[in-house]
Amino acid sequence: MVDIAFGPEQGRRPDLSDNREAYLDMVRRKRMYGGILAVIFVALMAAGWSLSEDRNAGGFLEGLHQVFDFPAEVFAEAWEKRALLPAIFWEHIPALIETLNIAAVATLLGALMAMALSLLATRGLARWPAAIPLFRRTMDGLRAIPEIVIALVLIYILGGGPVPAVIAIALHTGGALGKLFSEVAENADLKPVEGLASVGANWSQRMWLGVIPQVAPNWLSYALLRFEINVRASAILGFVGEGGIGHDLKLAMQWGQGRYDEVVAIFLLLFLTIVVIDRVSDHYRHKLVRGH
Amino acid sequence: MTATVASPSLIDTVTASFTRKRRLAFAVPAAILAYLVYAAISFDLAGLAQRARFENAAILLGDFWSHKTHVTRDNRTDQVTVAIEGENKGTYPEGMLPDWVTIAGTVTTIDLGDGHVVTYDDKGARYVVPGYGKIDIRPEGGKPVITAPQPIPDWISVAENKVSVTTDAGRFSYSRSKVETFKYEPGWELWFFTLDSPFYGKSWGELAALATTGDRIDPNRTNLGYMVSEFWTNKMWRHGDVAWAIFETILMAFLGTMSAALVALPLGFLAARNFNPLGPLRFAARRVFDFIRGVDGLIWTIILSRAFGPGPMTGAIAIAITDAGTFGKTFSEALENIDEKQVEGIQSTGANSLQRARFGVIPQITPVLLSQILYYLESNTRSATVIGAIVGGGIGLLLTQAIITQKDWEEVAYYMVLIVLMVMLMDSLSGWLRRKLIKGSSA
Repeated sequence: MVDIAFGPEQGRRPDLSDNREAYLDMVRRKRMYGGILAVIFVALMAAGWSLSEDRNAGGFLEGLHQVFDFPAEVFAEAWEKRALLPAIFWEHIPALIETLNIAAVATLLGALMAMALSLLATRGLARWPAAIPLFRRTMDGLRAIPEIVIALVLIYILGGGPVPAVIAIALHTGGALGKLFSEVAENADLKPVEGLASVGANWSQRMWLGVIPQVAPNWLSYALLRFEINVRASAILGFVGEGGIGHDLKLAMQWGQGRYDEVVAIFLLLFLTIVVIDRVSDHYRHKLVRGH
Repeated sequence: MTATVASPSLIDTVTASFTRKRRLAFAVPAAILAYLVYAAISFDLAGLAQRARFENAAILLGDFWSHKTHVTRDNRTDQVTVAIEGENKGTYPEGMLPDWVTIAGTVTTIDLGDGHVVTYDDKGARYVVPGYGKIDIRPEGGKPVITAPQPIPDWISVAENKVSVTTDAGRFSYSRSKVETFKYEPGWELWFFTLDSPFYGKSWGELAALATTGDRIDPNRTNLGYMVSEFWTNKMWRHGDVAWAIFETILMAFLGTMSAALVALPLGFLAARNFNPLGPLRFAARRVFDFIRGVDGLIWTIILSRAFGPGPMTGAIAIAITDAGTFGKTFSEALENIDEKQVEGIQSTGANSLQRARFGVIPQITPVLLSQILYYLESNTRSATVIGAIVGGGIGLLLTQAIITQKDWEEVAYYMVLIVLMVMLMDSLSGWLRRKLIKGSSA
């Protein structure tokens, strides 16, 4: 038993001519490492949760039975005023469209930026091969800055409205998509590029006619996935910063009781939108990647 | 011969397809452009130019790399205070002054450099600007009266109750109640030690000497320990609190991601076609994932922070719930794509279903699982910053607080640098682990 748990004694090396013994030895060692890792992992999780509970305002057990109190309260009030819901839905459609527009414009701009950055950062395709690390680090940097940081700073400079959110999400999207795009472009077939080069095409023509058609389905699929993510990000940014349905939600929440019908209406709008977008983008992504 | 001649219908199809492609090549960019124009109009891009306050950008950029020191005289009490960023925490204690300020009796002389000298005295205040002359301000009937070479340039603004002068060397303003001079200097002041610390203003060499061979300043502890504690509890920059906040953010991401994965794995089996023959149960599991993902992290965060109050645990649970939905979906997809042969092989040795899962399935999906989990660990570090701003925990809270006060931009810059470093660190850590673990398990 001890042997299985802790492996052979120090200095006792398995005889390699006896491969059964060598195999068992390897299995024992693997088990030991796995066991140690599992113990460390469990300890980390336990310590982490208890520490985070200590630093939380409310405890886990005290809060647990309250989790559904708030939704119940909200839905109860909304149910009483259910006749008003369609009108409230209608009222918030413009904000929802703004949220979607923020996400869409940011995805478009980010994807355009990512196209340029990724082609410049891909080995074999780059315009200036020496500058590849520069563009890679640029993408890393863009990815690393959370949207909220850029958005809040821009709100200070540009004032409220959707533009800070668009810029913030677009920059992040540029970095995130750039990395994925570049991974796809790395696997592109270089023969069309060479063919175009042989007839005297310049770099942008080679990319536009030789690379983009090959990578377009995968790129589009990634961009759609990013659009899904950006819709959520745009709602969250609205909640923290300004603009769109997130902001409406925050106002309704701050008002508290009496406006819960509005909260529910916005919840439902957001939920439906996200589910529909998920579904549609899932469908098209499958189509794009599998080609049917 | 006949084989090389394309049939007319083929020519037609090819031409038609080319025409369509050519049209598409113009239509798609045109549609994108039209959409962007519509968006620009609906976002009121034209109005933005008027609303934008570019002087704010200048303040922000200035604060990012420099700090200002306020030299203020209260005109009623004649009390002069020198404070970094005008904050209480940065006020020079009695008897301590920066070397460019001298106070002799009631006369205060401030040397702003390059010949710019400001003097406060009984009669009022004077600012000597090289190449222009002397700006003399004295109160008459409580109001500042300015005497300066005519015509008065536009960098001096004169109002009834206030005179202010802005030059490259600094800013000066005189109002009824106080006279104030700001001097801008590069760097983040007091980053290591605040003014009241015995280690303030010492060079690296002096500090090293103090830490190793110098006499103890506080007899109860070593100088090095004292130094570390002074640094850690720095009132201006609060390094200790910031380190805790960063740790809390990473903790939220770690706990959230790992718990989500632990919850999602069994549920993933439930939702996979090849492991759960019960259609309705499968359907229910999938709808649960869809629901969780559809409700969105934002709403989960709001609901949970109502129940558990602000703090890192709330954030961790919010991340766990949101990601459980995503993981459930991707895990069940990974499970549906496994190779059944290995499972059959294990089954042929008489293994039960748990053993089949453990030895036939888990080894196959481990790389996919690990790479997903590690990817999300990195991306959740970023989300945890945002969620922290909503639930009130971690570096996200510190950052939003610093931004909302619209004053301490050097702290905002500091937090931004720390967040970027944190995310990059988690990025490379997760990349390294991914390479290590996934290569290791397949080798």
